[in-house]
Amino acid sequence: MTTPAPGTATLEVRALHKSFGALKVLEGIDLSVQRSEMVFVLGPSGSGKSTMLRCCNRLEEPDSGDILIEGDPLTGPGVDLNKMRQRVGMVFQSFNLYPHLSAMGNVTLALRRVQKKSKAEAEDLAIAALAEVGLSDRAGHHPAQLSGGQQQRVAIARALALKPTVMLFDEPTSALDPELVGDVLDVMRTVKDHGMTMLVVSHEMKFARDAADRVIFMADGAIVEQGPPEQIFGAPTHDRTRAFLSRFHG
Amino acid sequence: MEQFLDTFLNPVVLAKYTPAILQGTMVTVILSVLIVLCGIGLGAGLACIRAYRVRLISFVIVIFADVLRALPPLVVILLMFFGLPNVGILLSASVVLFIVLTLVLAAFAEEIVWAGITATPKGQWEAARSTGLTFTQTLFHVVLPQAMRMVIPPLTNRAIAITKMTALGMVIGVPDILGQATTAQSFSANASPLTLAAIAYVVLFLPFVIASRWLESRFASPGA
Repeated sequence: MTTPAPGTATLEVRALHKSFGALKVLEGIDLSVQRSEMVFVLGPSGSGKSTMLRCCNRLEEPDSGDILIEGDPLTGPGVDLNKMRQRVGMVFQSFNLYPHLSAMGNVTLALRRVQKKSKAEAEDLAIAALAEVGLSDRAGHHPAQLSGGQQQRVAIARALALKPTVMLFDEPTSALDPELVGDVLDVMRTVKDHGMTMLVVSHEMKFARDAADRVIFMADGAIVEQGPPEQIFGAPTHDRTRAFLSRFHG
Repeated sequence: MEQFLDTFLNPVVLAKYTPAILQGTMVTVILSVLIVLCGIGLGAGLACIRAYRVRLISFVIVIFADVLRALPPLVVILLMFFGLPNVGILLSASVVLFIVLTLVLAAFAEEIVWAGITATPKGQWEAARSTGLTFTQTLFHVVLPQAMRMVIPPLTNRAIAITKMTALGMVIGVPDILGQATTAQSFSANASPLTLAAIAYVVLFLPFVIASRWLESRFASPGA
């Protein structure tokens, strides 16, 4: 992996368009995320934020636009998608752990099959990743033996172990019981403190305010406004943002 | 009562034909094992090929599965055994029986495993692909292991149903349990060899029926 030129964004999205049939979901998204930055994406449901996130590793295929990871294209002809995807970690709302494998097996699968590491090396990396999410004592447990919060932390370890350049979080706490949300947010904070670049779609407003470097508000497939959390939460300039946030302030 | 016992449990006939029935049992066991291994293997293979969703290939697989599930196996057995020699292909009765039942089991197994593959949540594919696994790696390391666990109960039931059909081999002269028993019955003019055959089938298949019940409860709850 080459070091990107200074000033190159870690994740760059240019003029991203996506439609589902006649429904225009994304209408020209431009976004760049800098190294070690945590960017939070807020917006009403149907605003296209999850679709935008899923385009960033092409789980959704963009209709047009460019996505670059440290300047390297993720879209376009001749792209080795499986290679590029290792640089983009993804954490899902519903965890999507492999139920037939232990926590260890979940983390080591791509290390072994994609990155072709030896069993011993993959297991060392998996133990380190599980330790980072505070679950080194659960390596032998299967997903069914873990709580929702623990499952999501294993899923974070699975993405983290591949040493991605950027991590995408698609509503990582929405499927969790309220008392389990805190553990997952703590892990996300740790991951950020270790310098990970993160793009997060979530409704955890308090966490966004405390931890995000930048907050983006999306509506109707476009970015309405963005800025530091204190500005977005404290003095939003756009009516749509104010209307959206007022529902959370109660 | 005496007549009943003499007809179904004649000790002289039983003693005389037990070795023949045991020989037939060996034939049935060997055929059944081969049919189960090859049928499920071929069926699972076809289901995997279908997962790539190449339209023409999928179409051929679906036609194969539907036709073989629709035809009574006996029709195919007779067609092959009496038809193929006319085009210069001579196959022994046992080989015909093996081929036909393997294909029939493969047709059912393909549909069952395919159902398991499509029932595996989309999120499993997405999680695996997002870590850089290829389609094929995802299929074999993530989806198929889950799909197979899901379909073990119906697959076991179907395998039992098809292997029992080895008894159809009697019609074309396969020396399996029933083949030996009917031969013995015509020589002895007594039904006792058929009783022996029934006992042999129960001894052979009852453990599998019990095992399938156990498998069903074991795999009923996911993640167990």
